[in-house]
Amino acid sequence: MSTLTRYSAIPYTGPAPTNREPYVPTDTQKMDARGAEIASRIGAEQETGQDLPTLVVRRERIVETLRALKNDLTFTMPLDLWAVDYPRRRQRFDVMYQLYSLQNNERVRLKVPVADGEPIPSSLPVYKGFDWFEREVWDLYGVRFDGHPNLRRILTHEAFQGHALRKDYDPAQRWLCTEKDVAALVPKVDPRFERVDTDFERVTLNLGPSHPATHGTLRIVVILDGEKIIGAEQEIGYLHRCFEKSCETHTYQQAIPFTDRLNYMSAIINNVGYCMTVEKLLGVEAPERAQHVRLILSEFMRIADHLVCIGTNLVDMGALTNFWYLFQPREEIYGLIEACCGARLLPSYLRIGGLAVDVPPNFLENAQRLVNMLPKYIDDVEKLVSRNKIFHDRVVGVAPISAEDAIDFGFTGPCLRACGIPFDVRKSNPYLGYETYDWDVPIAEGGDTYARYLVRMEEMRQSLRILQQAIDRGLPSGPVIIDNPYVALPPKEKVYNEMESLIYHFKLIMHGIQPPVGETYFQVEGGNGELGFYIVSDGTKNPYKVRCRPPCFAIYQAFGQMITGQTIPDAIAALGSLNIIAGELDR
Amino acid sequence: MPVKRIENPGSIIERKEAAPPGEDAEKGLITLPGEAERDIEDLGGGSYLTTKLDTVVNWARGNSLWPMPFGTACCAIEFMSMVSSHYDIARFGAEVVRFSPRQADLMIVAGTVVDKMAPVMKKIYDQMPEPKYVIAMGACASSGGFYRMYHVMQGIDEVIPVDIWVPGCPPTPEGLMYGILKLKEKIERGEIRR
Repeated sequence: MSTLTRYSAIPYTGPAPTNREPYVPTDTQKMDARGAEIASRIGAEQETGQDLPTLVVRRERIVETLRALKNDLTFTMPLDLWAVDYPRRRQRFDVMYQLYSLQNNERVRLKVPVADGEPIPSSLPVYKGFDWFEREVWDLYGVRFDGHPNLRRILTHEAFQGHALRKDYDPAQRWLCTEKDVAALVPKVDPRFERVDTDFERVTLNLGPSHPATHGTLRIVVILDGEKIIGAEQEIGYLHRCFEKSCETHTYQQAIPFTDRLNYMSAIINNVGYCMTVEKLLGVEAPERAQHVRLILSEFMRIADHLVCIGTNLVDMGALTNFWYLFQPREEIYGLIEACCGARLLPSYLRIGGLAVDVPPNFLENAQRLVNMLPKYIDDVEKLVSRNKIFHDRVVGVAPISAEDAIDFGFTGPCLRACGIPFDVRKSNPYLGYETYDWDVPIAEGGDTYARYLVRMEEMRQSLRILQQAIDRGLPSGPVIIDNPYVALPPKEKVYNEMESLIYHFKLIMHGIQPPVGETYFQVEGGNGELGFYIVSDGTKNPYKVRCRPPCFAIYQAFGQMITGQTIPDAIAALGSLNIIAGELDR
Repeated sequence: MPVKRIENPGSIIERKEAAPPGEDAEKGLITLPGEAERDIEDLGGGSYLTTKLDTVVNWARGNSLWPMPFGTACCAIEFMSMVSSHYDIARFGAEVVRFSPRQADLMIVAGTVVDKMAPVMKKIYDQMPEPKYVIAMGACASSGGFYRMYHVMQGIDEVIPVDIWVPGCPPTPEGLMYGILKLKEKIERGEIRR
């Protein structure tokens, strides 16, 4: 067992928060006004001074409030549910709900303070999408949800004791998991097929967690009636790497490599999301040059993500050629990133306030060369696959999900756009200047595997459009990291020659970035959908809480419902098209 | 051996021509055990050759590894890179990727193994037929990496024996190839006995 047991920065025993001003979000007045409006409509208490309209709800009233928000104020999409632990308060936990209204393009946050041992009524009757989120809060915080039909551990294993994200849980305390602790899953038979009498015997089949067709560590147990799946249940947590606890025990800068490993197919987008959240909390902005490079690399990463998704999805259906073929441009994209910072897959290239180093002088030429060569690869695969009869037989109408269900489950990203809903964070809440580019949000109809494939193909073309415009504009001159010694390290030559800079360097290394006390949420469009980060700062060098809103998590919980009524090969084809990344799913 | 640059205007990655197997005598990665000492002329001219059966068997084993990727996380993507067109592990005879442990003799543990996954990994290792070898790919599989946390196994050798550790987070495909070639050397020397 590890000897690493105590950290100096468990916040409530640690150093006092800095005496700087508390965090004031830039648009707080607008949000407060809107929050007051919502609060008066549904009769709830409001918390002011937040970056989103925020309501404080008593736990008895939560279901009623959620229903009012959903039905009267069109907050139809459940985005996220998480908790924060404040052990010195009597009502120790804040359980947070975040909702989104597609109609009005606005978000709302609900806080439900509960004491240890107090249950909250489950919100499942209102939002299906909070199913796994509630299980996660139960698993990691020990907050019980009354009326949840399947409230058991989700990310940690069955032999785990205690609740890991509580502040008094020792970060290095592990529990032995043996074979007898592996959860035996018995999926429920779907009511549609309960009474159907066929000649076949019912078989329970386990797929995964180490299975060739499950990308990553996913486990699905299905009940088969002949070849038809009549019930399915997914089990996750086979790659729970404790992202949130790790962030709490590291400084703000040290947490950047952890974010790389969330969605490891598009690592830079995660970096962008995390760094911009911290920048929002600090009230600083990266220089223009850094923002431009962030945008270019984000779009390249999105293309790389979709290339791998389509390639591996086609491998599952037996089309190996595309996999070999699509990996070639992907290697070229990694060549570009390697030229910038020396790492390929998980570059950790961003810093809070800018970039680690400047891009090489031929960055734009190389980017242009890539933009020139990529359409050929996309066209070739499209020619080979899109109208292929065998491919159509495997994907058209397979594992469909209706738009209403997709919203209710909290789908975002390509999977939601495949249902015909043009929601893209880059359009709805533009960042990095996406609003100044000319591009479209591709959507498809049907929400089946074929629609998801089409959306991803078209998204790559749209990314190329953005990239071409970004390259044409050229890189703005100037520094790549802000000139603020409380956020970014001073340049090395200054550190060696100036006393002031040396002190700043020392202070920043030893004491870290200390953002003002407060909490904030920021979202970017990841490869799979809305990737949000919620950070609470208590003024010390370590984040008090980092919450990552994983797009895969919401998508994968609908998988069981999507494949019920289909066959096993259909399930495999559908799983590939959802692009579930275990690192992001389990964090 | 002089390295020759290959000019490819469509690509931004610098390419070098690889040394053909057996020619890179300095590293001796591909040569048969004992071959360096033996007079090659004699070998070609003679009508027969004497060796130990073990040597032949080990030589055959080392040159036809069938890997099973136990890919859990980021490293699995780099494993895919190594298998696919750009790096192409087929050049070294280890391209027959089997997803069934019963058909494989090399298990490449690519990625973080958490406590919940440990019984699964043990079971899959047990299902592999002898002789079997394990490569721990990347920092997480070797030591837990920077995940020193409540749910992460601190190196897969807590549960199964490991032959080769490949460092890196994630290792480059070249790094993993080097690991496979090192394992091959080890097998050919007959060092692995358990």
